[in-house]
Amino acid sequence: MSTERETDMAASAPAEPLLTMRGLRIEGFADEAWHEIVKGLDLTLHRGEVLGLIGESGAGKSTVGLAAMGYARPGCRISGGEIVFDGQDIMALSEAGRRRLRGVRVAYVAQSAAASFNPAHRLIDQYAEAAVAHGVMSEAEARREAVELYGKLNLPDPETFGRRYPHQVSGGQLQRAMVAMAMACRPDLIVFDEPTTALDVTTQIEVLAAIKDVVREFDTAALYITHDLAVVSQLADRIMVLRYGELVEEGETRALLEHPRREYTRRLLAVRTLRKEEETGAGNVLLRVHDVSASYAGLVTVLDNVTVQVPRGRTVAVVGESGSGKSTLARVITGLLPPLSGGVMFHDEPLPPALANRDRQALRRLQMIYQMPDTALNPRQRVRDIIGRPLEFYLGLRGAERERRVRELLQMIELDPDAFADRYPGELSGGQKQRICIARALAAEPDLIICDEVTSALDQLVAEEILKLLLRLQKELQVSYLFITHDIATVRAIADDIVVMHNGRVVEQGTKAEILSPPHHDYTELLLSSVPEMDPDWLDGVLAERETLEEESPAGAP
Amino acid sequence: MSDDATGPVPHAPERGIPEDEELIIEQAPPERRSRWAVMGREFLRAPWTAKIGLAVILVYVFVALFAPLLTPYGESEIVGMEFEPWGGAFMLGTDNLGRDMFTRLIYGARNTIGIAFMTTCLAFLIGGAAGLMAAAVAGWVDQALARIVDVLMAIPQLIFALLLLTIFGTSIPVLIIVIAVLDSTRVFRLARAVGMNVAVMDFVEAARLRGEGLGWIMGREILPNILPPLVAEFGLRFCFVFLLISALSFLGLGIQPPTADWGSMVRDNATLITYGDITPLLPAGAIALLTVAVNFVVDWFLHKTSGLRDEH
Repeated sequence: MSTERETDMAASAPAEPLLTMRGLRIEGFADEAWHEIVKGLDLTLHRGEVLGLIGESGAGKSTVGLAAMGYARPGCRISGGEIVFDGQDIMALSEAGRRRLRGVRVAYVAQSAAASFNPAHRLIDQYAEAAVAHGVMSEAEARREAVELYGKLNLPDPETFGRRYPHQVSGGQLQRAMVAMAMACRPDLIVFDEPTTALDVTTQIEVLAAIKDVVREFDTAALYITHDLAVVSQLADRIMVLRYGELVEEGETRALLEHPRREYTRRLLAVRTLRKEEETGAGNVLLRVHDVSASYAGLVTVLDNVTVQVPRGRTVAVVGESGSGKSTLARVITGLLPPLSGGVMFHDEPLPPALANRDRQALRRLQMIYQMPDTALNPRQRVRDIIGRPLEFYLGLRGAERERRVRELLQMIELDPDAFADRYPGELSGGQKQRICIARALAAEPDLIICDEVTSALDQLVAEEILKLLLRLQKELQVSYLFITHDIATVRAIADDIVVMHNGRVVEQGTKAEILSPPHHDYTELLLSSVPEMDPDWLDGVLAERETLEEESPAGAP
Repeated sequence: MSDDATGPVPHAPERGIPEDEELIIEQAPPERRSRWAVMGREFLRAPWTAKIGLAVILVYVFVALFAPLLTPYGESEIVGMEFEPWGGAFMLGTDNLGRDMFTRLIYGARNTIGIAFMTTCLAFLIGGAAGLMAAAVAGWVDQALARIVDVLMAIPQLIFALLLLTIFGTSIPVLIIVIAVLDSTRVFRLARAVGMNVAVMDFVEAARLRGEGLGWIMGREILPNILPPLVAEFGLRFCFVFLLISALSFLGLGIQPPTADWGSMVRDNATLITYGDITPLLPAGAIALLTVAVNFVVDWFLHKTSGLRDEH
């Protein structure tokens, strides 16, 4: 339906690319000075082509994506180079001229759909807004098309879906609703800015499939921005690897995956291949959670008869998607949420259910590392005081003794004590912050550390270094980990034993070898098969497989 | 804690992560600057309004501190006839009892600013502590404190202050305590609101899990993070307290004669206005100028700390 317009245009200028950037320079303002974020980037995108932009945070990929619409974030400015969209230099256009392009010919899909939709308006009203404002179609037409697109994107009840408010649909559905909205005016180009990063793997696969379908069907060109090479290789025809605002490597997807030319790309490819070697013989049980049921304010049951054991010196990974109760389990163990029934045994003694009743020694032996290192460190305390406090509090170390131990701990987490002891958390990178959190936990000389999604907020390469560090520390200190995660790749990297949770129940548990080798429980199978692989055919393969499975048994996968 | 307190290092630091040179993920350590140097630089970059405001405040503080040295006469010394005109021995004339107006204006700075400052400090001590406690403990403690504050705030402040001062008398300690308690309700609201945002952060939970007591959580974990808005609020509250004291003095229930005070000076000499003499407006002007100056500085400070930045 929309392809007519596009084929017309393509026919009139067959060789001309849709978007070209030449020598693009973008600067950002920080610490009283302008810094170059994008350093002279060249980019060419043809009609109907999907170009993947990949890199870790700070690579400038989102900034480039926004520049494709002639937009720079507040505090940023496009300082050099040219951006030509469909023969027009968009930097030469007036702001009003650029606005006419945005939403109509270039659309944008943001990372967090929940933060991008206006919670006060119905989805379909927001869908129609841009199209009607730009005079592309009438309100009634827009609504009719919305229903059609909702159907194409596999949203439930497309007829009535648009009448819901953003909070009434799930995260994955909201992200697809945003894709529909971007498609509203049948743009020539869509910029996808990490559209699946905030989603569970099981949801990610649905959104990816939906995006792939519509982009193919309408032959839309796309810039797909992500930090995950496996994800982007499912969609992109071509991939550009960025680092520090510069191009590292560019190539056709298959060629790039098979023959990466640069070391950095090779490292991105090797991500998710870290494996913990098998250890023989389980130690005696350190922590035993037995028959725990818990609920918030007695309303919703979030844990239902959960039993989990953590042997000494080993890692137990608790896996499940959001809402499976895995973080609640951590709250029960730490005493933040006393359970309704059941209990926690630690060193063969029952732990008091409430935090207030636990003695200092029990608290010392059970430490916790958080998902977001940004909020887990007090921004007004120096690294020295953050790590020094548990030393003082639990072990009574003071003065020079405390200082010596702080330095030792900083060395253990591979940070230079001279450079880091005096810093505030705001002066650290994400990975460094997480290392400080680890040092703070280690300072207490614990027997068990609960790691709550400790790598999911980090870039993949940084996350891998953190995992390696945790493995090394376990070997040296014989500390046990209870590792909460939604990412099977992380589990492979670090776990000895696995507990799979779903809707507050333990679905399956056992050693890593038992759980990760078939036959799987249905839910484990779903989790396992949803982890993206470095193979451009992976998505199609998995979807086809699931379809045949569903045909075979109508009850099918959950 | 000091730099020379480093003990012997047991083994050499394992620097960085072993990987190719190209890939070392490291940032240059940020430049270390002393707090004073940062403040000095910030001040130089401040807008002119803030600089004027700060200069005015400094002049007021100077005058208040060195009042006895700057004045030709004693604070409540009767030195001439009533209502003498400007000039001669009395730069700004004399008041209704024949006291030197200039002298009293300067002593007024000392009394009014001093009392207002003490009152604001006390208000922050009470309101801040209660607000932090409400944020840190939550639950029924929060509910109880918040309801008490609601009750206090439901009664118009000036009327309530007049009522309490009539009951307890108008000595300066009573004045300070009454106004501080009434004003602490506003401080409580602010401290509780910003404190709650911090209290839900993971680092506060980490402190709880460590087993830290309420004092540590309030004072060491939450307070440093809500200090900027509290400091800004301190400036604003100081203005309101100052105005309230002046208003009470004008109404005769504030600072009692013969202590020099701007509010009562306006009242005592108000009749002069009828004769086209602007002398009674001088203390009023002094109040207005200080209030405006404090607000200039607070505006700048709020702008700096609230993350409202000019877009470049």
